Amino acid sequence: MRLTTLTLAASLAAGAAFANPVAPADVVFTDDGAVEASLTGAPGNPEQGFKVFSDKKQGNCVACHNIEARTDLSFPGNVGPMLDGVGENRSVAELRGILTNSKNTFEGTVMPAYYKVDGFTRPGDDYTGKAPSGPLSPLLSAEQIEDVVAFLSTLK
Amino acid sequence: MKFKQMTAIAALALALPTLSLADADDDKLVINGELEMVTKTAAPAHLDGALSEVISGWHFRDDDTQKMQMDDFDNAGMLGVEAAAEMWNAVDGSEGKSCASCHGEAESMKGVRAVYPKWNEAAGEVRTLEMQINDCRTTRMGAEELKYAGDEMTNMVGLISLQSRGMPVNVAIDGPAQATWEQGKELYYTRTGQLDLSCASCHEQNYGNMIRADHLSQGQINGFPAYRLKNAKLNGVHNRFKGCVRDTRAETYKEGSPEFIALELYVASRGNGLSVEGPSIRN
Ligand code: HEC
Ligand code: HEC
Repeated sequence: MRLTTLTLAASLAAGAAFANPVAPADVVFTDDGAVEASLTGAPGNPEQGFKVFSDKKQGNCVACHNIEARTDLSFPGNVGPMLDGVGENRSVAELRGILTNSKNTFEGTVMPAYYKVDGFTRPGDDYTGKAPSGPLSPLLSAEQIEDVVAFLSTLK
Repeated sequence: MKFKQMTAIAALALALPTLSLADADDDKLVINGELEMVTKTAAPAHLDGALSEVISGWHFRDDDTQKMQMDDFDNAGMLGVEAAAEMWNAVDGSEGKSCASCHGEAESMKGVRAVYPKWNEAAGEVRTLEMQINDCRTTRMGAEELKYAGDEMTNMVGLISLQSRGMPVNVAIDGPAQATWEQGKELYYTRTGQLDLSCASCHEQNYGNMIRADHLSQGQINGFPAYRLKNAKLNGVHNRFKGCVRDTRAETYKEGSPEFIALELYVASRGNGLSVEGPSIRN
């Protein structure tokens, strides 16, 4: 009984059905900042990934990136490069690395690390401006990362 | 001839996406049809080339918002200024005094905003305008302090800023203020929060770009206090800082904290040479 509740809670926290995603601290990067191994062990869902990409409350990638081929993006920003064709130019492992912690690919970049929970200066509790009450969660879950990677891979 | 024109137009259309709608525009800010403002000028030497030109946030707003600041009848920030003008003359506290009792007309404050934050020798500290106002209230009037970022305070800062409108910002960063200035500079370039962004990430590296629907300016404070369409009242500098720090998913500093005082001195100094614009209109 106990055990089932625990597992359920864990999978809920991960955002879905994967009970054992790679923890942020255990992600292995190549020298170039890529991440070869899937964070969930399962393929991502590109439609879901598009939602994460464009939703202000999820990835909000659109705050900085446009995809010209997608006319359904609202108010895309241009702090980051346009991502048309990025699935052609970048491997899945590279994309996963950029999402997990882009600083390992682009030194000093302004792009946030989406799967990182420590090493920040004055981290807050979400957007409240207050100190966090417990350990930080990554900006995106392992599953959401895999979904976005799957979506970006379709941009050819 | 015709052909040439067409090519020029085609070239323009092609050039637009890279130029981006985003860059600071070339409009001129003239207030009430007579007061010409310096809204772009050479960057102060202490910026060491980090910016070649300093630009008022006014240039990054859309035409309608810009227009509201060009005529005092349209400038909703003037309501706050009027409220403060009444307070200027209102006796408060144990000494039976108002601001006017010591300073006369509010016009006597001409030049003050332009040099604040400023080192106060007697107190041995850098003071913001808010701190100075509260010092007058407590030590000279025997009145209660105003809440640092409350409406009464921000309106009073608005009234005092207005007296310097059009004068160049000219805060001192050397001598006894230097240590505070250095601290502010350090804060400006420190990345905070889970998004790991510094003021410079947005306002130095990316001004002119769009971050979602927001057109990033240089984050100058020559326009403060700023009447924001978002909350329909005058907003002080520290309130703005707090919002920006919060948006990096960080634990913010408080309004009136030593950190924000230092940051204010530093950010003000980045705008040395721009005209004092307060009260400005912003989104
Ligand atoms: C605050 C701005 C910002 C946000 C938010 C942001 N990025 Fe980026 N991104 C950048 C910048 C800037 C670069 C370019 C790297 C550099 O030079 O710093 C970049 C680079 C990239 C690249 C590499 C592009 C290439 O051509 O190689 C990918 C892929 C990418 N981002 C995806 C994303 C996704 C997906 C998200 C959301 C989950 C996201 N970004 C959120 C700023 C941002
Ligand atoms: C994530 C991006 C981001 C970061 C980081 C950021 N800001 Fe801002 N800031 C904005 C946006 C967006 C606006 C509204 C548009 C504009 O004026 O740039 C703004 C506006 C401002 C303004 C108002 C400018 C005006 O003319 O009205 C000031 C002042 C300011 N920021 C200062 C700062 C300071 C100081 C820091 C660091 C403590 C900072 N900002 C960090 C995004 C940011």
